[in-house]
Amino acid sequence: MPLYILKRLLLMIPIIFGITLITFTVIHLTHGDPAGREMESMETAAYGDAVIEGTIGEPSTLIPMLAGDSASHSVAGMIFNGIVKYDTNLKVIGDLAESWTISSDGMVITFRLKKGVKWADGVEFTADDVLFGYKTIIDEKTPTPYKEDYMQVKKFEVLDRYTFRVTYKKPFAPALTSWGNLVVLPRHLLEGKDITKSDFGRNPIGTGPYKLKKWVSGQEVVLDSNRGYFDGRPYIDRYIYRVIPDPATLFLELQAGGIDMMGLTPIQYTKQTNTDFFRKNFQKFRYPVFNYTYMGFNLKHPWFKDKRVRQAIAHAIDKSEIIDVVLFGLGSPATGPYVPNTWPYNPYVKKYEFDPEKAKRLLKEAGWEDTDGDGIIDKDGKPFQFTILTNMGNRQRINTATIIQWRLAKIGIKVEIRLLEWSTFINEFIDKKRFEAVILGWSIGLDPDQYDIWHSSKTREKEFNFVSYSNPLVDTLLEKGRRTFNIEERKKVYYKIQEILADDLPYIFLYVPDAIPIVHSRIKGIKPSPIGISYNLPKWYVPEKLQRHRIEP
Amino acid sequence: MLIYLIKRLLEMIPTLFGITLLSFFIIHLAPGKPTDILTELNPKITPEARLKLEKYYGLDKPIVVQYGMWLKRIVRLDFGESFSGDRRPVMERIWDTKKPLLERRLFITFLINVLSMLIIFTIAIPVGISSATHQYSLYDKITTTSVFIGFAIPSFWLALLLMMLFGVHLGWLPISGLKSMNYDSLTLMQKIWDRILHLLLPVFVSSFGGLAGLSRYMRGSMLEVLRQDYVTTARAKGLSEKRIIYGHALRNALLPIITLLGLSIPGLIGGSVIFENIFGIPGMGQLFFMGVMTRDYPLIMGILTIGAILTLIGNLLADIGYMLADPRIRVK
Amino acid sequence: MKIFWKRFKRNKLAVAGGVIVVVLFVIAVLAPFISPFNPNDIDRKHILEPPGARHPLGTDDLGRDVLSRMVYGSRISLSVGFIAVGIATIIGMLLGAVSGYYGGWTDRAIMRFIDIMLSIPTFFLVLAVIAFVGPSIWNIMIVIGFTSWMGVARLVRAEFLSLKEREFVLAAKALGASDMRIILRHIMVNSMAPVFVSAILGVASAILVESALSFLGIGVQPPTPSWGNMLTSGKDNIEIAWWLSLFPGVAILITVLSYNLFGEGLRDALDPRLWTSER
Repeated sequence: MPLYILKRLLLMIPIIFGITLITFTVIHLTHGDPAGREMESMETAAYGDAVIEGTIGEPSTLIPMLAGDSASHSVAGMIFNGIVKYDTNLKVIGDLAESWTISSDGMVITFRLKKGVKWADGVEFTADDVLFGYKTIIDEKTPTPYKEDYMQVKKFEVLDRYTFRVTYKKPFAPALTSWGNLVVLPRHLLEGKDITKSDFGRNPIGTGPYKLKKWVSGQEVVLDSNRGYFDGRPYIDRYIYRVIPDPATLFLELQAGGIDMMGLTPIQYTKQTNTDFFRKNFQKFRYPVFNYTYMGFNLKHPWFKDKRVRQAIAHAIDKSEIIDVVLFGLGSPATGPYVPNTWPYNPYVKKYEFDPEKAKRLLKEAGWEDTDGDGIIDKDGKPFQFTILTNMGNRQRINTATIIQWRLAKIGIKVEIRLLEWSTFINEFIDKKRFEAVILGWSIGLDPDQYDIWHSSKTREKEFNFVSYSNPLVDTLLEKGRRTFNIEERKKVYYKIQEILADDLPYIFLYVPDAIPIVHSRIKGIKPSPIGISYNLPKWYVPEKLQRHRIEP
Repeated sequence: MLIYLIKRLLEMIPTLFGITLLSFFIIHLAPGKPTDILTELNPKITPEARLKLEKYYGLDKPIVVQYGMWLKRIVRLDFGESFSGDRRPVMERIWDTKKPLLERRLFITFLINVLSMLIIFTIAIPVGISSATHQYSLYDKITTTSVFIGFAIPSFWLALLLMMLFGVHLGWLPISGLKSMNYDSLTLMQKIWDRILHLLLPVFVSSFGGLAGLSRYMRGSMLEVLRQDYVTTARAKGLSEKRIIYGHALRNALLPIITLLGLSIPGLIGGSVIFENIFGIPGMGQLFFMGVMTRDYPLIMGILTIGAILTLIGNLLADIGYMLADPRIRVK
Repeated sequence: MKIFWKRFKRNKLAVAGGVIVVVLFVIAVLAPFISPFNPNDIDRKHILEPPGARHPLGTDDLGRDVLSRMVYGSRISLSVGFIAVGIATIIGMLLGAVSGYYGGWTDRAIMRFIDIMLSIPTFFLVLAVIAFVGPSIWNIMIVIGFTSWMGVARLVRAEFLSLKEREFVLAAKALGASDMRIILRHIMVNSMAPVFVSAILGVASAILVESALSFLGIGVQPPTPSWGNMLTSGKDNIEIAWWLSLFPGVAILITVLSYNLFGEGLRDALDPRLWTSER
């Protein structure tokens, strides 16, 4: 299921800042090629049984627009539907929408909703619910981080019970995909109430394939299937999230039968799950996710202002080594801010091969040399010494920093690593630009708009171009990209942006990890796709003979 | 006696006040704001939206005002609404009256701590006595070493080893949580048994570490008493060693242990963070750690205060116990 | 002193503990000469290798030599212990001395403060503060130090109360010695022994607190090796790489055990009240 949601999450939030680092995200699955075994779904589908997913993080609230963490979105995505969603070919299709029309200038979208969709309490879902959701999200009293996309809307009109029309102020390319599940709320339950105060976040009513049965904090979230789901009754009767905060405990529970699925670590995937026991009882999947890890420089720092220095560092780092050691090969090198096999991804950008000698040459050109023989290169009497900041708790990122530290030492650069608690990191260091280099990740959306990350106007405190990247050409292209609807045109724009970034190197793009979930083998019907495995969760089933849990209604 | 009690109660008030003051300011002087967690993950949020969130949570007021507001509320045990999670009132998250007793966080932590304390006492006292009466013997050395091993082994490591042994390899005990998935379909006896199975490892791990302190203390206390004049007198009278120890010395040697009971509460509560995290037990320690990680100030403050209140109550009970056990105090 | 030695030597466990304490200290000091490898050298070809001829204690998930990291880790773990305890001891002695010597409202205020500190679950406090200020090795030492001084303070205060009415102190006072001089020269010196013992025991606790913090991800931060963070990162691979958690785990166990046995032995040997009661 997390897939299912993640997809949705991605759909709504073009970019989530370094999602993998908080403890919340254990399981982040996304799209790609299945490397798991072929499905032998010969047995017939049957209703019944329960699936237990192990997770480190617990949801905070099940109202999508109030949730900042992916654990919440995972669960909420089972309970709520969006207006639109992505299909397995990354094409936008209707979810609650039957169809839509877009005006020729792209400024007006008219959605027609499916008829007869019911909220879990039996009340019919209509366009008024969407209007209510939209009004709630743009309401300044609603503490939601997702307002921005909806502030671009000039006018929202309900035409009839099943039709609504949105008009934009300016052309806005991500417009269509922004209509996910953030803005679908039952008006009849929430109108006139303060959603931050109501207990709807603990007891949500949605239109989705599952509905909340109970939620025991710190322990489990239990969902029961929605028998009246408009897309057909889900086969699995009950879906349980078990919250287990320690990764080692989680893996032991998997072996002891306490959970049916979880996201593996690269080591678990490679070394610990190849026994007969695992082959017999589990199916593993592997596919790239929509996020990448990078090392970003503070471009205001005099040393890093020099492009040659950044390029030298790129040559001194062996990405394949990081992928081998940190990811056990379960990922691919990143070359820019998009991931391979997506339409904006440009495979032809400049690449920096591992070449310490070349790195040294470049540094020498830039005036860095070891003149005092202490093993550290220096310039104007100052040794080249800097600190990489990253967040604590993310093993892969810490190991990456450790490898970079060790590699740079070999070309005479002394690196310190400082691990910071997440909100201190962001608040005191990133926002105030008190860093030299950072290792972070971006989760990226399917829409390529990355205006907030690269535009030179986005460098104020708390904004996201915290490396202070500034290139007028990139600025122009970014503005053009978000105002252009034609995919081919947009593609050209984003290809160009990637070329410039690859040369400028405000970041050293490191790697794109694979998602590696494991699922009990009695669960059939899983069809891996570019958007992961959870998108068709309502169609998963356990053949009758293999069912393990009997669900008393 | 009553006067003494009242005096003790009154003394607790400034202590409690001091605790709230101390923890409030320490926590609030730390960098970062709790609303970060809501906003930092998303680049689409505007600085205005951020300010709005901060105002919503009252973080724009001066810290002294925040403390005053908070203090006024906690008198009624109202710790405010937590910032993280479901934003329910802190008190409701710790002690949810809508849930059965066995599923309230404070009770879970309390239960495990009381159980481990009982185990600690039933094992540590006899061990302490006998190693005192056999000072420097082989027995003394073995028990000394083994209780110290209990103290010296990092508890999360021990927990993990036991989970692997009993949970995965032998399959005798559940690995984590407080009850099985099929709990609701069990009969009453099965339910009780299920609970006991789930509690075995956590209680064992949390008591194992506490054995050393208490048994050593008991040993020391016993040695001290055995040196007193009246014991020498008793020996001189020709009483058997057994009579001397159990008839005379034990009662007096136990007195300081009662005080220790009160003092050991904060340590046990603190340790609950570790074993609740590794065993996936939804208690107060786990909640506290979640609160720390999400900078949920009201929650952190609430749990610190409740922890302190529990300790103070424990100390008070220990004092009363001491008074009842020792006639000399009553005279004073 | 002679009696002390005689008594201490009788306690074989304490002697063994003392020897291990000294050996560990020597290892920590000589770390660069003992380690076969650089503790931070990464080796992609030798990841998670079991103990063998090349790597006597195996390698970790970055291919680093576990033996070398253990040896360097002893430096970190011991210095966390010593410095934290040093801070605690200084604070404790200072407050205890002031409290015991001056008495009156100073004494009451300090005792109240000690009560407050003892009533807060200090591990919670440590956790909250470390999580907020960041888990640097110095922060860890300081926070542990600032939350574990109460025992020493009480001890010193008690010594002061009993010593300050003694003849030699009264004599010094009569001769016009300053408070400072009396506190330092006459009383403090006499209360050193129990403080020393409690410091030895404190080192053991501090090492354990660091490992507990590491378990929660906020202990000494990698790549700096401490036994606590080695054990924690080893536990995730416990099923395929037992050596990663066994060695640091055992090292912590033995060290803490030795410090405790040593400290207890010292206490028994130093306690003058015990000297008369030998059977």
